Amino acid sequence: MVKSKAIKKQSESVAAAAFVGPAFVLLIAFLLVPMIYTVYFSVFRYQIMRPNDITFINIENYVKLFKDPDFWHAFRNTLYFTIVVVPVQSALALALALLVASKTRGVAFFRTMYFAPQLTSMVVISILWTILYNSNPSTGLINSLLTSLGMESINFLSNPRTAMNSIIFMSAWQGAGYQMMIFIAGLQAIPSSHYEAASVDGANSFQKLIYITLPGLKSTIKYVIMITMIQAMKLFTQPYVMTKGGPQNATKTLVYYIYTEGFQEGNFGYACSAAAVFFVIVVTMSLVMKRLTTTKE
Amino acid sequence: MDKKNSSMGRNNILKKVLFYCGNFIIGIIFVSPLLWMVCASLKPEAEIFANMNSIRTFIPTHASLNNYIEVFTRLNILNVLKNTFLYIALILIGDLFLNSLCGYALAKFDFKGKGLVLNLVIALMVLPMEAIMLPLYIEMSQLNWVNTLQALVIPFIPKCFSIYMFRQFFSDVPDELLEAASIDGSGRIRTFFSIVMPISKTVYATVFILDFVAHWNDFMWPFLVMTGEGKRTIQLAVQVFFGTQPVHYSAIMAALVISAIPMILMFIFMQKYYVEGIASSGIKG
Repeated sequence: MVKSKAIKKQSESVAAAAFVGPAFVLLIAFLLVPMIYTVYFSVFRYQIMRPNDITFINIENYVKLFKDPDFWHAFRNTLYFTIVVVPVQSALALALALLVASKTRGVAFFRTMYFAPQLTSMVVISILWTILYNSNPSTGLINSLLTSLGMESINFLSNPRTAMNSIIFMSAWQGAGYQMMIFIAGLQAIPSSHYEAASVDGANSFQKLIYITLPGLKSTIKYVIMITMIQAMKLFTQPYVMTKGGPQNATKTLVYYIYTEGFQEGNFGYACSAAAVFFVIVVTMSLVMKRLTTTKE
Repeated sequence: MDKKNSSMGRNNILKKVLFYCGNFIIGIIFVSPLLWMVCASLKPEAEIFANMNSIRTFIPTHASLNNYIEVFTRLNILNVLKNTFLYIALILIGDLFLNSLCGYALAKFDFKGKGLVLNLVIALMVLPMEAIMLPLYIEMSQLNWVNTLQALVIPFIPKCFSIYMFRQFFSDVPDELLEAASIDGSGRIRTFFSIVMPISKTVYATVFILDFVAHWNDFMWPFLVMTGEGKRTIQLAVQVFFGTQPVHYSAIMAALVISAIPMILMFIFMQKYYVEGIASSGIKG
């Protein structure tokens, strides 16, 4: 009996190795090793043009990074985008979810409408909105609408003061459908008996929203905020396609900075130090959010 | 009683009218940029910007498919679609196969180092691709994979999120079922393929659709490793087309629409799994 158990255990280990092995090896090779190398190269002077001249320079890259106003600019832009887009997009998604949460006939059609921007990629949406945002009212749909309403036309993407906000507006519109689906699931998980009890007590719709819906969605809201935040920190495609980081670096983000330093300027080691800082920021954010989402339940 | 019923009925009708009209108006405004895109893709170039300040900007009066023909002749879109479907298919095959095996072992086997592997999978889940893209690119160039299919496919087969999803699902498969199979003389590998896989279609479908969507939207990585002209993926090709002379907005719009069609088809056929995948990630998260 003992012997057969030992044999069983051994054969289980062999099977486990066969099952886990391939995915595990790839995981190490293409996720863990590059991660370690990001940190490793960040303390070296390593330029793509001079691959034979890699020298250890300790924390010099980090010192230079924290002294670079462009880095802080990118950092501020990323933070601004995140801080604004997360509440805007989550609130929009929640509002849409409330509109279509009921199980009325035909509701799927409206859900699909609000979800539709998700079916086009960020590249497509960025190109489309670059044209919609055109500052000339005779070629830009939004400005033509503004001028026919008697308002001044706006240089959405070419004015450094409006460029990032324009990207935020578009991103929230494109992304809201996704979070809406999560909210709908969250809304459906709230027992209908709670609403019935409130109706008996004479609560109106607004009171129901404040006292039943929002508390019932607490963990869903936290989750949505967390995923939106992490996604927002990675902003790259929209500024790359729409503004190339401009005007006057107004839409240059951290990932954009890493890309320019590493792939365009070829300062590989230096870009790795920026990537490492970026990684620390994202991980810290997700750990803090995870802590907040789990302890309060 | 009757009176109460009829007043309630009127109230309900009012509510319904509000629901449908309100949603319809908000919905139309919401999708109007997309409607404009589709309309513009059907119009001759000269007409796109002709009636910007009237509702006619949303009506293609001289609708034709000429812009689509222009995209096919200028962009070699068939080659682009072939490149894209090929690399996504390869990722998905590897992803569904290897990650489900891994998730299964983490759910059902007892082996040394299980905790370590599981912790690594969970820890790496938060790792953003953007933080490792520089060394990953160096790896690709040392393997001589830049501008090859391998660079697009192989690094993206291992996915912590997929492993995690599979593990969660397989944890709920009853042990009795697996024991019964082993008493019948079925080995572990055969049990997995002939018993576990067929009852797990939901999780495979969910991982499939979530990853299809993620990779269809891929931009940054293909942009870094696929610089050769004939090797572009759909998002890259569309982005390059946007900046290529002569800039015909009509043709650009047609290209944007074409690039959305596979996603729309996927949504129509796999909506259930897609929506469930999004929603369940929220509940479990």
